[in-house]
Amino acid sequence: MENGFLFQAIIYLSAAVICVPLAKKVGMGSVLGYLLAGIVIGPYLMGFIGEEGEDIMHFAEFGVVMMLFLIGLELEPSKLWKMRQMITKVGLSQVLVTTLIFFGILYLTGIGWRQSLAISTSLALSSTAITLQSLKEKNQMNTAAGRNSFAVLLMQDIAVIPILAILPLIALAATSEADVGHMSPIAQFPGWLQTLLVFGAVILVVILGRYVMVPMLRLVAKTRLRELFVGGALLVVLGIAFLMEMVGLSPALGTFLGGVILANSQFKHELESDLEPFKGLLLGLFFIAVGASINFGLISENALMVFAITLSVLLIKSLVLFGIGKVNKISLDQNLIFALGLSQVGEFAFVTFSFATELHILNEKTTEILMAVTALSMTFTPLLMLFNERLLLANIGTKNKEEKPHDEMEESNKVILAGFSHYGSTVGRFLRANGIKATILDSDSDRVELLREMGFEVYYGDVTRADLLEMAGAREASILISAIRDPDTNYRLISMVQKHFPHLELMVRAQNRMDAFEFMEMKVPHIYRQNLDSAVRMGKDVLIKLGFRAHTVHRLAQNFIKYDEEGLTELAKVKDDKKAYIKTVKKAIEMQENLLSFELNRRFSLNDHAWDSETIKDGEEKNKE
Amino acid sequence: MKNILVLMAHPKLEHSKVIARLMASINGLENIEITDLYERYPDFNIDVQHEQEMLISADIVILMHPLYWYSAPPLMKQWIDLVLEYNWAYGHKGIYLKGKYLFNAISTGGSIDAYSTKGHHGFPIKEFLLPFKQTARLCNMVYLPPFHIAGTHNITSKKLQQEINDFKALILHLRDNPNYYKLEQLPFLNDFKQ
Repeated sequence: MENGFLFQAIIYLSAAVICVPLAKKVGMGSVLGYLLAGIVIGPYLMGFIGEEGEDIMHFAEFGVVMMLFLIGLELEPSKLWKMRQMITKVGLSQVLVTTLIFFGILYLTGIGWRQSLAISTSLALSSTAITLQSLKEKNQMNTAAGRNSFAVLLMQDIAVIPILAILPLIALAATSEADVGHMSPIAQFPGWLQTLLVFGAVILVVILGRYVMVPMLRLVAKTRLRELFVGGALLVVLGIAFLMEMVGLSPALGTFLGGVILANSQFKHELESDLEPFKGLLLGLFFIAVGASINFGLISENALMVFAITLSVLLIKSLVLFGIGKVNKISLDQNLIFALGLSQVGEFAFVTFSFATELHILNEKTTEILMAVTALSMTFTPLLMLFNERLLLANIGTKNKEEKPHDEMEESNKVILAGFSHYGSTVGRFLRANGIKATILDSDSDRVELLREMGFEVYYGDVTRADLLEMAGAREASILISAIRDPDTNYRLISMVQKHFPHLELMVRAQNRMDAFEFMEMKVPHIYRQNLDSAVRMGKDVLIKLGFRAHTVHRLAQNFIKYDEEGLTELAKVKDDKKAYIKTVKKAIEMQENLLSFELNRRFSLNDHAWDSETIKDGEEKNKE
Repeated sequence: MKNILVLMAHPKLEHSKVIARLMASINGLENIEITDLYERYPDFNIDVQHEQEMLISADIVILMHPLYWYSAPPLMKQWIDLVLEYNWAYGHKGIYLKGKYLFNAISTGGSIDAYSTKGHHGFPIKEFLLPFKQTARLCNMVYLPPFHIAGTHNITSKKLQQEINDFKALILHLRDNPNYYKLEQLPFLNDFKQ
């Protein structure tokens, strides 16, 4: 088969383009679609891709790495700290109990303890990619099932460190001349130095995140070149992943850490929206690679055994998870999603199995079968979830029950505030003074920096981009405030919001009447001319200083604003008719000039006899006549 | 069917225990219009013309408010000051409210006993409501006895629910049975029983 890069790319992409929409149409998630695409183009069906599948897998694993970085971005350290109990209670018990049970079974069937340990630890881990992707797709991340799944996956990622550390130790015990050199570039150093280097690397990520990455991103943001920022974002992720691989840690865990560190930075939303497409595509590639790597030849030779192992692994894992869910009082329907969702063997097993083979803990045949089991279990997961959704949950009938909101994950803000200049910051401060937290976006990276130093939570980014608004929570928000001065930016923002987020209530700052007309034409319901209120307030004070009574002036001012806005709507109707417009403007100016005296001499006394004894006196006299 | 206009004044409705529920119990009923005065006029700048139009189409006007210092909250007084204009509501040409019915639906922290000659407040509740009664009379309206939920500081939830149910029944009765003679004779509209 042709092996050129373009041809390969075309094969992968067209398989994805055909299979994923098909899968979605039938009601299966995108994960299953990608897996099917992989099976179709894999060596056992159409044979478009063969040996290089494994290389692709390594490359595509980067999608998982990127996903964890993005997840880290959404998890601020304080939120992570709040989750600590769930991570240890649910996550740790899953890893320990599952490992123990598998170890027991394997050991009792007469497999050596080394092999048993290597296999059982690998089988205990679940697939971050499949589980999180499905949960996100079904919007279940914030449910009890989603949060507990996440806690388990996080604990498993942490567990990778000791597992990778233990494997060479068992191997050393097994064969004295084990090839440990493959593990990582630092493996040649003595144990204590390795440990030191591992800790050093983690600390380095934290320090880099704080003092190198943020300033670098700021520098890049200043160039206002979007592609350069995307490059910077990729550089951050690749850099961390590389560092972690150097010291033999899971790159996914490392980038997750990096993400958490950057979660508090102003670039959070911009990073998210820039990396999202890369993540999606790479994850898709990863699933395709998993699909393609299923060794159907081996499976057909040992069909019974492979399927029996796969099913029992799925069964044992979901039973353990279900039990843990039960102990932690997760409701039945949530528990089913939780237990079945995490029942597969994770992508990490591919790594540990081949690692264990290199270390001569496992022989080739065992590894092949275990890899087939892993890939099969991953393929079964979306099917299991589909089965759960259609048959189990539908019959339990608690699916639609309202989830009680938990404290662990913060709900997203109801208000998004775009533009944090003097105007915007005043709006923001007033809202904050009353306990309303808005998600604040600004496109000036210097100002964002300064405001963050002052303790405001402001994010950098171009608000006229739909993907950025999406990351900032536009789907969950109900109001979008635009405190942006520039009318063109406002214009673009309004048309984008009306197109992509029609549910958002728009409240827009206008510089003057002309802007207000534009926005009125776009059917923006709430327009705020920036100078109107303070100008009228100043006028009021002048009148008061000249001897008018304050309360009377207050009422006059309010009516003035009311009439002014009514006049504006009239003007907006004739805006495009130049002649009529000029006439109306003239009329409006006249009207405005007359307004105060009109108010004072006619309208006010005509319509408002409040506290006015003169009219009563006049009236009584007329009655007598 | 009669039209009922409820003018509700509570400066901090979000902390209200009685008035808010009283209002909620009749919210959305057919032919019943509720004006939440503090929500509509946060700056006390009452739209006189609009309020007068609302009054014209109403047959029964209810002033719903907690009793503060033996009177209504200030925006209710502002409403009376501004809307009930000379030669509109009263005076020679002030004929627009003639024959309509008016009453107060009030809540008080003090009990019925506190509002008696021997009680803490020294006078029965009806004497404190005298200004409203005379306001109605000046506008040629018929003033009905008040609906009064007393002792709201210590009211049991069961008793409160009972009062609210009674109020809703009263409103429906007023709307659907336009013979109010019996009601006029009652000491309180709370004593209304179909």
